[in-house]
Amino acid sequence: MDRITAFSPRGWSMTVALSLLALLPIYVAVTGQTFYLDLASRLMILGMAAVSLNLILGNGGMISFGHAAYLGIGAYCVGIPAYYGIYDGLIQIPLAVACSALFALVTGAICLRTKGVYFIMITMAFTQMVFYGFVSMEEFGGDDGLVIDLRSQFAGLLDIEGATGLYYFILISLLAVLFLVYRITRSRFGMVIEGARANERRMQAIGYDTYRYRLVCYVIAGAICGYAGALLGNFTHFISPEMMDWTASGELIFMVVLGGTGTLFGPVLGAAAFVLLEEWLSTITIYWQFLFGALLIAVVLFWRGGINGFVDWAADQIPGRIITRTRDWIRRAPWRQRS
Amino acid sequence: MAPALLTVENLNKSFGGIAATDHVDLIVEAGEIHAVIGPNGAGKTTLVAQLSGELRPDGGEIKFVGQNITPLAAHARAHLGIARTFQITNLMLDMTVRDNVALAVQAYAGHSFRFWADARCEERLVEPAMAALARVGLADRAGSIARAMSHGEHRQLEIAIALATEPRLLLLDEPMAGMGVEEAQSMVAFLDGLKGEKTMLLVEHDMDAVFALADRITVLVHGKVIASGAPDEIRGDAAVRRAYLGDEGPLSNEESG
Repeated sequence: MDRITAFSPRGWSMTVALSLLALLPIYVAVTGQTFYLDLASRLMILGMAAVSLNLILGNGGMISFGHAAYLGIGAYCVGIPAYYGIYDGLIQIPLAVACSALFALVTGAICLRTKGVYFIMITMAFTQMVFYGFVSMEEFGGDDGLVIDLRSQFAGLLDIEGATGLYYFILISLLAVLFLVYRITRSRFGMVIEGARANERRMQAIGYDTYRYRLVCYVIAGAICGYAGALLGNFTHFISPEMMDWTASGELIFMVVLGGTGTLFGPVLGAAAFVLLEEWLSTITIYWQFLFGALLIAVVLFWRGGINGFVDWAADQIPGRIITRTRDWIRRAPWRQRS
Repeated sequence: MAPALLTVENLNKSFGGIAATDHVDLIVEAGEIHAVIGPNGAGKTTLVAQLSGELRPDGGEIKFVGQNITPLAAHARAHLGIARTFQITNLMLDMTVRDNVALAVQAYAGHSFRFWADARCEERLVEPAMAALARVGLADRAGSIARAMSHGEHRQLEIAIALATEPRLLLLDEPMAGMGVEEAQSMVAFLDGLKGEKTMLLVEHDMDAVFALADRITVLVHGKVIASGAPDEIRGDAAVRRAYLGDEGPLSNEESG
């Protein structure tokens, strides 16, 4: 992953996007269209989940077809305590992260013994097990799910009961996750993960026990997605096994590929495109998924870099040139010249 | 007497009914270049794979400085100081040349469960990586993506990666494979320069290179060692001549040239 600087196309275009996101509640407050706030909240939660999937799929080359399990586990870790009257977010959220990490550790230890299509199938199988596990739990609503009557409480320090409070909580979480993943991918650990994707045999020959590193990566991704799941439960006020249906895992892969695998912002862009297109296309036709499929095929065939690649390209055009010129002008500015 | 650096005793490996490694004994003394030659299909690469730990032998023992390493996986052997290069170039092609080598350095510079600091800014990784690249003459290509380099440069990079792990034993699997005459010559000169500093087990097809470099030569035919000794002994060995004359006879070329 390239270094991000203020002047790189990625750096400034993302600054613009994040500023717009930060200002969105003001727009909503003025116009009263709360619908946009919900849309953006959902988009950012799924974005976080996609970022975590991308860490194993894009950077690590581990194609998990069961990543929605962590969204479900995270959400149930909010819903089940709430069902018993425990609304403390400082219990719910760490519980969501810990349960997800534990599930990733146990299943990952088995899944990562396999490769290729077997890995895809076994990750999916584990998620199906969790899915049917929750379906069979009548106490928590079975396949009808469970309503969460109150969102997580933070001892009065933080209020996410309202849409705006939750929105900012999600936005800050997304930024934190992006920063965390950015640091991880550039760290020693990230280099090993990247190397193991590029050439596992070579990595073993130079002395890496690639299995251990991949397992830790798998656990980190699971934990992050579990966190996103906790937010999703809070956001929807509702949990159901449907959250971890195998199609939900497929949608996360869709977002990563659409946005650009192995890039930092790609998965968020992919999630954004997914949520917005779903919203827009479904108003046009009930066969919107057909158009979706066609779009994915087009991206895979003609624009491998995904939306992220497109944004980089577009940002590098006219606005990019203006920025580059400005940067060069600043660098050459008289007050910076040494005599 | 101190144990030899590498001792192979009675090593066996079969694929189906074919014995790829057939009761092989081999000793590599510290400091020497020990060449393994043999016609195509003699089991040379299979032998390297077993020495490096990628392939489990069916029977026999591999000892490194007296320690039995037969049950150890490839990464564990690498940590004991056995580095290998691959016959078919085996690199992280989408990463830069520097990253390829820095990863090799990193494997020996403490653990890699470090999640926060930027690895590319760690002097401890970058400096030895650049030194290894300078050594093979690739310093000016450090920023290139490995994929964009020529075949000869890939071979040099393979060596740089192996050197960066500071090995005690280098397993070189046909380092000259696919190289042009000039490139091969400079590789021979380079390996000659490493002689005495690094112990090497050299598997090679190029007989000129083998006879120029090796202190000792082991000849493998159909998985069996048919001769082992100093280059002059091998050159005069009747069984070796027979094996090679039945094949393409590069030894006779060597003698006339």
